Amino acid sequence: MGKVYVAGVGLTKIGEHWDKGLEQLMVEAALKALDDSGLSRVNSIYVGNMAGEFLQEQAHLGAIIAEDLGMVGTPAYRVEAANASGAAAIHAGALEIASGRADAVLVIGGEKLSDGLIEEVSSALLMGERQEYEGFMGADFYSINALLYKLYMRRYEVKDDLIAVFPMLSHKHAKGVAHAQYPFEVSLEKILSSPYISEPLRRFEVSGVGDGAAAIVLIGEELKSKIKTPKTELYISSATDFMTPFEREDPLRFQSLGVAVNKVLDEAKVDRGDVDLIEVHDATSIMAAISLESSGFAEPGESGRLAMRGEFDLGGRLPYNTFGGLKARGNPFGATGVYQVAELHLQLTGRAGKNQVDSPRVGMAQSLGGVGATAIVTLLKAV
Amino acid sequence: MRVSRHWRNKLFRYRLVGWRCVSCGAFHYSKPLVCKRCGSREFREVELPKTGKLLAYTMVKIAPKDFKDKAPYLVGLVELDDGTKILGQLTDFTKEELKEGARVEAVLRKIREDGENGIIEYGFKFRPEIHHPP
Amino acid sequence: MVKLNGVAIQGYGGYVPRYRIKAEEIGRLWGREKQELPIEEKAIAGLDEDSVTMAVEAARIAIRRAGIDPKRIGAIHVGSESKPYAVKPTGTIVAEAIGAGQNILAADLEFACKAGTEAIQLITGLVESGRIEYGLAIGADTAQGRPGDALEYTAASGAAALLIGRLTDDAVASIEAWNSYVTDTPDFWRREGENYPSHAARFTGQPAYFKHILGSINELLNGDGYSIKDIDHFVFHQPNVKFPLAVAKALRLEREKVSAGLISGFLGNPYSATSLLGLVKVLDEARPGDLILLASFGSGAGSDAYILRVLDGIVEKRERAPKLKDFIERKIYIDYASYARFRGKLRLR
Ligand SMILES: [Zn+2]
Repeated sequence: MGKVYVAGVGLTKIGEHWDKGLEQLMVEAALKALDDSGLSRVNSIYVGNMAGEFLQEQAHLGAIIAEDLGMVGTPAYRVEAANASGAAAIHAGALEIASGRADAVLVIGGEKLSDGLIEEVSSALLMGERQEYEGFMGADFYSINALLYKLYMRRYEVKDDLIAVFPMLSHKHAKGVAHAQYPFEVSLEKILSSPYISEPLRRFEVSGVGDGAAAIVLIGEELKSKIKTPKTELYISSATDFMTPFEREDPLRFQSLGVAVNKVLDEAKVDRGDVDLIEVHDATSIMAAISLESSGFAEPGESGRLAMRGEFDLGGRLPYNTFGGLKARGNPFGATGVYQVAELHLQLTGRAGKNQVDSPRVGMAQSLGGVGATAIVTLLKAV
Repeated sequence: MRVSRHWRNKLFRYRLVGWRCVSCGAFHYSKPLVCKRCGSREFREVELPKTGKLLAYTMVKIAPKDFKDKAPYLVGLVELDDGTKILGQLTDFTKEELKEGARVEAVLRKIREDGENGIIEYGFKFRPEIHHPP
Repeated sequence: MVKLNGVAIQGYGGYVPRYRIKAEEIGRLWGREKQELPIEEKAIAGLDEDSVTMAVEAARIAIRRAGIDPKRIGAIHVGSESKPYAVKPTGTIVAEAIGAGQNILAADLEFACKAGTEAIQLITGLVESGRIEYGLAIGADTAQGRPGDALEYTAASGAAALLIGRLTDDAVASIEAWNSYVTDTPDFWRREGENYPSHAARFTGQPAYFKHILGSINELLNGDGYSIKDIDHFVFHQPNVKFPLAVAKALRLEREKVSAGLISGFLGNPYSATSLLGLVKVLDEARPGDLILLASFGSGAGSDAYILRVLDGIVEKRERAPKLKDFIERKIYIDYASYARFRGKLRLR
């Protein structure tokens, strides 16, 4: 298998883009990524998107985006894995580079949630669970998270502050970030006094509704020497788990994530302790806690205490969600996984501005579909 | 079309009838070809017990669109008397009764309606168990 | 009067939803004083209930009492005037929900408040003739009353089911005699497509309710074998508290012979389920050997009257499942706003 490199990234600000459609957001991010890489053509395009068929009634986004980029003729597909659709598109693109079939691939993740009413966005999110089971029960994404939250508090005998610390941290790191949806700090007190969305999960513990697109350019060994732009080396692995957390051996462990993390560390020949910064899928506060513990960066039940001690601060042992994560940077479903990797790339190439972590060599991004039924983990190494 | 999808699943929704893997015991709410847990291909039809205890609950306030007219409503994780864990809505609970560990029983209720002209999808929900001598 | 042969109730079940609204709370909206109100409070189906779900609850209890495999049920008749579907049977949903077989007769009945007791007649005929082994007779309603109308104080929700089979040693009660009495009397009706029924006010009394109930009872007692004083419990349809007591007075009954079967004061009038729920309550309390006279009334108009004899099987069978008392006591009071929402009086679309 050949090596895969990130050679350019592009981000749009996440928010309510009333004047732009899904396609325009994706093209905007794609052009930025292409410009960043210096390339104007690629062998293939992979589009990550979760809810376009429902919110925009638009399928076939591959060919549409190829046309809108002026790249008619280029193979282009949409890849879908719920909230991990963007990461899945990266996975697909990386495999094509690694196989040697392509030397340059454009990966775009995009989602436009503001085209839906709040109940439609909730329905879209629920499509990541089984419609015939959770969907029929009306057990939406947040209610499943709330149940996990309760089980977690009971098992580890912790209060909600040790879980709500994660959104606080994400907001702290998003402060002043140009592409973040909520670029400001929110105190733990404010999070813990926000209304419940599904008790004990509060409004400020879940990611908001926003539009956004992110893109990255992947290249192979041959182009690497020809392109001058800063590059990082990419490893990516994925695993699945039972759809319903309550059917898993331990609902408070994302086994898919643990497996994918181990695989990617193995492939990259990197120890867990070598990871310098991490992007965690904090669609909800509790998912952040469970993710850190499932992937071996905290002991079960301990992640909140580590966060309280500052271990996940920008200057801490393992800087976490350095641009605000899903909670504060934003979570436009199918775009999110691409944002994570683009942000890692900025960090590892020393272009993270005031959020720059001190000379990182290895970064990890964790993207989850549903409540952990899909886990896709990307590891970037500085070159 | 929602009609055929509901019709296919009615045995589970009405009576908690599903399929248990003969070799590992995993429960499947619709007839599987392969066991999700062990890969076996042998199943027997089972009707799950209708009573159990509430392990955890929460309230859905901002519901998906099909449930908007029913919100707010309660969702619970229930352990049935045979140990099967199952998600379901809770109904007819008072604040005092809503406790982890509460005994519950499955009853048939309206789960959702496809508008005023569409079909009514019935299915189980859990209510506080009504006690009576065994 | 028709004598029945070898037919008995093998199981019975009553279901009352959990929610109650005080008549006073309804009166608060329409400027009525307490002494003007026909009942104390009434039972209201929850947001997720309808006559189908309540019929299933009652049927499941009846089956538990009978202790039979639901696959042996050969016919299901559901009487209701609040079917959730104008066209699509309630009986088929009930059949699947209770786990009955597929080679069965399922048919819905409508005759205002007496559709449930009609179902008994059809089922007993099928059992007696040997065409079926067991059958379910169900009355279920989420009764509608137009906001502000006199009916709004009483129109209630509930369901009752009788599982009927051949007379055996362990039966709950034998069904011994029947009479039905009908005339064309438009005292209460609901036109197709209308949300609420209409009624002819005081005309629903003498020429309708009283004439038909007394008509069917008199004929039932005319034949040989039964006299009023042999009967231990009387259960009448009860649109309010006054009417059944007036029938008792006309028949010169002691109060204790009717009191067990009175439910409308605290449950209201769940139409097709009313007289059957009265019967369920009597069965919960009766002793083996007791004779029960059940007389329903359905507007439009008619009355079915039955004589039942309580048997030894009741002692053990009634303990197998929740009694009506269990449902009566587990109440949650709601205000008019919740009532309006639960019963679809609040337009959401
Ligand atoms: Zn198995």
